[in-house]
Amino acid sequence: MSRRTIEIALVVVGLALCTLAYLGKKNVQGWHSGFEFSPTTSQIVIGLIGLSLVWILVRTLQDKAVGRRTVFLYVGIAIALPLFMSIDQDIVISENTRHVYESLGELPPGSKVLVSFDYDPASSPELQPMAEAFLAECFRRDLKVIMVALWAPGAIQANIALDTVRARLGLDTTELVYGEDYCNLGYQAGREFVIQRMGTSFEAMFGTDVRGTPYRQIPLVRNVRNFSDINYAFNISAGFPGTVEWVQVAVSRFGLKLGAGNTAVQAPQVYPYLRAGQLQGLLAGINGAAEFEKLIGLKAVATTYMLAQTFAHLIVIAFIIIGNIAYFRGERETKLRGRTQ
Amino acid sequence: MDHLGLWLAGLLTLGIYSFLYRDNPWYKVSEAIFVGVSAGYWVVYEYWQNFVGKFWDQKGDQPWLWIGAALGLMMLMRLIPKIGWISRWPLSFIIGATSGLWLMLYLTTNCIAQVEATIFPLFGADFDASAIAIFSNFVLVAGTICGVVYFFFSKAHTGAFGATARVGIWTIMITFGAMFALTIMNRMSLLIGRTSFIFGEWLGLLR
Repeated sequence: MSRRTIEIALVVVGLALCTLAYLGKKNVQGWHSGFEFSPTTSQIVIGLIGLSLVWILVRTLQDKAVGRRTVFLYVGIAIALPLFMSIDQDIVISENTRHVYESLGELPPGSKVLVSFDYDPASSPELQPMAEAFLAECFRRDLKVIMVALWAPGAIQANIALDTVRARLGLDTTELVYGEDYCNLGYQAGREFVIQRMGTSFEAMFGTDVRGTPYRQIPLVRNVRNFSDINYAFNISAGFPGTVEWVQVAVSRFGLKLGAGNTAVQAPQVYPYLRAGQLQGLLAGINGAAEFEKLIGLKAVATTYMLAQTFAHLIVIAFIIIGNIAYFRGERETKLRGRTQ
Repeated sequence: MDHLGLWLAGLLTLGIYSFLYRDNPWYKVSEAIFVGVSAGYWVVYEYWQNFVGKFWDQKGDQPWLWIGAALGLMMLMRLIPKIGWISRWPLSFIIGATSGLWLMLYLTTNCIAQVEATIFPLFGADFDASAIAIFSNFVLVAGTICGVVYFFFSKAHTGAFGATARVGIWTIMITFGAMFALTIMNRMSLLIGRTSFIFGEWLGLLR
C-alpha cells in the first residue's frame, strides 16, 4: 500500500469515528453521555505517557531522534487526555489574583463596577472564563455592572458571558434586571480617545446602549457622569486598546481604581503597573482565571483547562530536555570526528 | 442547521491543524475559507457598527460627525495617487491628537511612576521585610541598574562596566524567557479551547 493510500484511509477512519461519536451524542441518537476516566485509569494513562517519554529519551541517547510530528502528537495527547481525567489539581492563588478578589470584597453592595470587554473570539478561550467568573462574583456580591467595549466584538462577548453566568447561577430576568443590576453600553469606536472622553462624559461616548435605549433612560447609569461615579473598573483585554491604555488614561489622569484580566502574552507588559500600584490586581491567562474561580468557589471552564495546561507544559519541558540532550550529543560527536580527522 | 454548523466548525478546525502533518488540500481550503470569512465578517461588522451605528444613524443629532466623515473620506484619497496628498490632512490630525494626548500621559505613567516604584527601601519600611522579599528587592534593583548599563553605548563594555553590562544582558534574556513561556501558555490555551470544542461541543465525548 502506498503512503498516500494509508493517509486517505486514516482520514476516512477518523471521519467515520467522528460520525459515530456524533451520532451517539445525547441530543442526537443518545448512545453515550460523554466519558470520564476514573482517578486510577487517569494515573495509569499518565504513567504510560511518562514511560513512553523515557523510551523516547533512550532512543535519543541511541542517536535515533524523533521527528517533529511525534512532538506535535505528544502535545495533542497532553492536551486532549486531561480533558477526560477526573483528577483535582491544586491551584495556588497568586497575590495579583487575590488583589482583584479583595478589591471586589471591599466594595459595599450596590457599588458600580465598570467592565470593559476589549477582546474578540480569538482570545476567548483565555479571557471568556475570566469574564464569566468576574461577572458571577459581581452579581453574587450585588454589585451593579456597567459593560462597555473598545473592541467591536467585545459587546457580543459580554452578552455571551452574561448568558452563561445567568444560567450557571440560575438567575432569571426578575432576579437580575437589565438596566438596574447591569447594562451593556456596547462598543464605541475611537480606541484610547473613548477612555479620555469618558473621563468627562460617559453619555457623550455612549448615547445609547446595545438595545438602542437612550442613556438617560437607563436607571443604572442615569446618574453616572464620568469615572468619579464608578467605584471599581475591570478591563479584560487581549491587546490594543486594552489595559495599557486604561492605565495611562483612566488611572493616571482620572484616578480610576482598576483591575485587569489579560492574555498570558500580554501580562508581562502590564506587570510594571502592578508594582507601581497603578493596577489593583491582575488575572493573567487561563491560570489567573482558574485561580479566580477557586477563590470564588466556582469550578468552571478555567479549572478544567488547567490540568491540560499543566500536562502540555510538562510535555514541552520534557521535549526541551530531550532536544538539548540530542543537541549536545551531536555537538560532542562532531568535535570527536573533527579530532580524529 | 446546528448540526451543519458544528460539523463545518469541527472539520475546518481539523483542517487547519492538519498542516502540522504537512501542507495539504484540506488545510488550503480551510485557510482560504478562514481568511475570506474573517475579511467578510470584519467588513460587515465595521460597516454596521461604525458607519451605520456611529455615524449614519446619529448624524442628524450630532452634525459635527460630518467633520469626522469628511476626514475619513480624505484618508481614502490615498487610493487615487494624483490626489493622494489630501490624505496628509487627516493623518496630521491623527498624529497631532495622539501626540497631544500621550505626551504627558506617557511621561507620568510609564516614566515617573515607574522610577518612583523602583525607589523603595530594600529592607522594608521599618526593616521588617522577609528574607525572600529582601532578596527579590535586591534582584529587582540590581537587575534594573545592570539592564540600564547594558544600553549605555557611549562607553566601551570592558572591565567592571562590561561585567555589569553582561549581568544586564542576562537579566534581559531571563525576562524574555519568562515572556516567551507566557506566550507558549497563551498558545496552549487556544489549543485547549479548540480541543475542548472538538471533543465537547462537536463530538459530545466530554462529560
